Amino acid sequence: MKTFPIGGVHPSDNKKWSCTKAIETLALPDVVNIPLGQHIGAPATAKVAKGDKVLTGQLIAEATGFMSANIHSPISGTVTAVDLQPNGQGLRQMMITIKREGDEWMPEIDRSKELKRECALDSAAIISKIKDAGIVGMGGATFPTHVKLSIPNGCKAEFLIINGVECEPYLTSDHRTMLERGEELLVGVEILKKALNVEKAIIGVENNKPDAIANLNNIITKGKFAVEVEPLKVQYPQGGEKQLIAAITGREVPPPPGLPIHVGAVVCNASTALAVYEAVQKNKPLIERVVTITGKAVKEPRNLLTRMGTPISALIELAGGLPEGDVKVVNGGPMMGRAMVNIDSPVTKGCSGITVFSGGDAHRVPTSECIKCAKCVEACPMGLEPYLLQRLASKQMWAEMEVERIPDCIECGCCQYTCPAGIALLDYVRLGKQTVMGIIRARAAAAAAAKK
Amino acid sequence: MANKFIVAPAPHMHNPHSTQSLMRDVIVALMPALLVSIAVYGLSVLYVTAVAVASCVLVEFLVQKYLLGGAPTLGNLSAVVTGLLLAFNLPANIPWWIIVIGAVVAIGVAKMTFGGLGHNPFNPALVGRVFLLIAYPVQMTSFPEIKPLVGGVADAFSGATPLAAIKSGAMSVADADLMNMFGGFAAGSMGELSAAALLLGGLYMIWRRVITWHIPVSVLGSMAAFAFVVALAQGGGAELYALPAFHLLAGGAMLGAIFMATDYVTSPMTPKGMVIYGIGIGVITMVIRLWGAYPEGMSFAILLMNAVTPLINKYVKPRRFGLTTTKK
Repeated sequence: MKTFPIGGVHPSDNKKWSCTKAIETLALPDVVNIPLGQHIGAPATAKVAKGDKVLTGQLIAEATGFMSANIHSPISGTVTAVDLQPNGQGLRQMMITIKREGDEWMPEIDRSKELKRECALDSAAIISKIKDAGIVGMGGATFPTHVKLSIPNGCKAEFLIINGVECEPYLTSDHRTMLERGEELLVGVEILKKALNVEKAIIGVENNKPDAIANLNNIITKGKFAVEVEPLKVQYPQGGEKQLIAAITGREVPPPPGLPIHVGAVVCNASTALAVYEAVQKNKPLIERVVTITGKAVKEPRNLLTRMGTPISALIELAGGLPEGDVKVVNGGPMMGRAMVNIDSPVTKGCSGITVFSGGDAHRVPTSECIKCAKCVEACPMGLEPYLLQRLASKQMWAEMEVERIPDCIECGCCQYTCPAGIALLDYVRLGKQTVMGIIRARAAAAAAAKK
Repeated sequence: MANKFIVAPAPHMHNPHSTQSLMRDVIVALMPALLVSIAVYGLSVLYVTAVAVASCVLVEFLVQKYLLGGAPTLGNLSAVVTGLLLAFNLPANIPWWIIVIGAVVAIGVAKMTFGGLGHNPFNPALVGRVFLLIAYPVQMTSFPEIKPLVGGVADAFSGATPLAAIKSGAMSVADADLMNMFGGFAAGSMGELSAAALLLGGLYMIWRRVITWHIPVSVLGSMAAFAFVVALAQGGGAELYALPAFHLLAGGAMLGAIFMATDYVTSPMTPKGMVIYGIGIGVITMVIRLWGAYPEGMSFAILLMNAVTPLINKYVKPRRFGLTTTKK
């Protein structure tokens, strides 16, 4: 079975809590908060003001330039504020607040369940529709999808890879989507193929989801879809973009500024493919997504179809509330998710799950001296030496960190996960990476200025 | 209901391994060899082991409490492992005060002087052993008669190790009873008797992911290859296979390759580096064994390569992802 070439770890996947729970639709929230920056790139520019009436699916904020994304109202009602509000980490961020009045949709959105397979649009029209719908990578990275589909000059896409790996432990939103919305998802994959003008589309799925693999293969055979499903070894970070491309094609994306397209690959998340189907065939912008609410201490783990902007506390409440005592509520999965202090913060486009840890699991393990066991070097999927980077960062030796290839780090957390001494390797590595990237950018800017 | 929200950057999950659990696995892996030793040399083995472990733990406790300061470190069990490994490198009839001196040198000098676990450049147990070997050569190289608790195995070389017998010319490689050496019924230090028991421990550690195969395989592989070439140069014949087999089974080859050379702190960090380090140990061991003054060279070889480890770490880098762009 295929897998990526270097490193990796095998955390227990903990999918059993929620993987058998069918997707349920969460009740509409009374108030939503929509952050203007919920994608990589420039925050969107608000197009509504306090007092405006909006419909479900109406454009409320427009992409600011190419590297940005549109945002649409997830409910119908009245805009009550466009102001700074605390996000999950407690940092104040520009958000549009809407008070719900019914659920009246934009008239052009096709809300029927009927599958619409044929797509007569050409590549440019498809990409334009995707851009209008505000679609971004839904696996968590939130990279604007229209940017990904716009192939730079001199490059050629050969493969479309659909990321159905879901290697983060606990999360099951992509799994349930592939299982319950497989047909629509596959039409979305065909549309993406057309947008990119590629022959080959491969859906990578980790082998701990045999039902999803069987379901997709079944639909592919019945519907004669020109798409392949590739079962992959269960190993973290199989769903990392570079790891997934290497696992499926054997090609390694060169270090930054190398991009997947430089080896002929474009990777989209499985849920993103479904969003593409809805946008192109049904005129439906990205206003809802499946969110897994899970954790060992969660009474009723669930997979919930949730409107964007819904407070995360509403999901937690439906799952039986938080356990008592110390808790860690993580937006995302346990390996790369972000711990929250404000559970009233909204669900955004990149929120694939909420993972709750309680008691001892909410805390880090105690730290002791590095025993040079080399497990972090063995685990690093990028072939770096985390122990060395940690020491260099703690001594602020930025130049040496650049030589040791710190920009290559994908912040997957394998090193820290595996460290028997419990050292917070990634804390140091992340600090070093940010500092070194800043130095590299400053150097490039200075060089550009000198040229002028 | 009041919740306390815990916040920290990712990852939020941790492997169940800890320094303590890894050390516990090493201790478990050493048990088969200890049992063989008890079976061969009797209960004095337990006495020597207990003195070695107790004095290593005591020295670490005292140094840490009165000289080094900081949080207690005995819980990581590394002092127990050092004690066991030191005992494994001693004859079963060594006087107790020599063991205590060995522990003081191993833990006090070789480990705690540098700041304790994780900082020592040389394998503590081996520094202890080599110090004793040089300071008390007679006590360190005279081994008791084999008195098996079980079975009546023919005693081929009472008192002298196979390597010493070869070195002195008292025996030729062709006369060596390889099966006895494999099973553990040839004279030697307590822990190096049975290649079978040590291999069992090594497989256990690989299975538990405590160590990887790189160091043991490259040490033993390079020793066998070296012996093969030497036998070839000497005319070949039956020695072609007997000489490599003899050297893998004799002396501290197995104990060194599996338990001493794989010491985390003093071995390289990358797989490639581990192989270079392992080959270095194998070659130096064979050079000392065949042409040096000592019959056994494993301890010296490991300590020499310990010294090279920082250099290996500096120059031998892992395979970086994406640097060798392969287009199919």
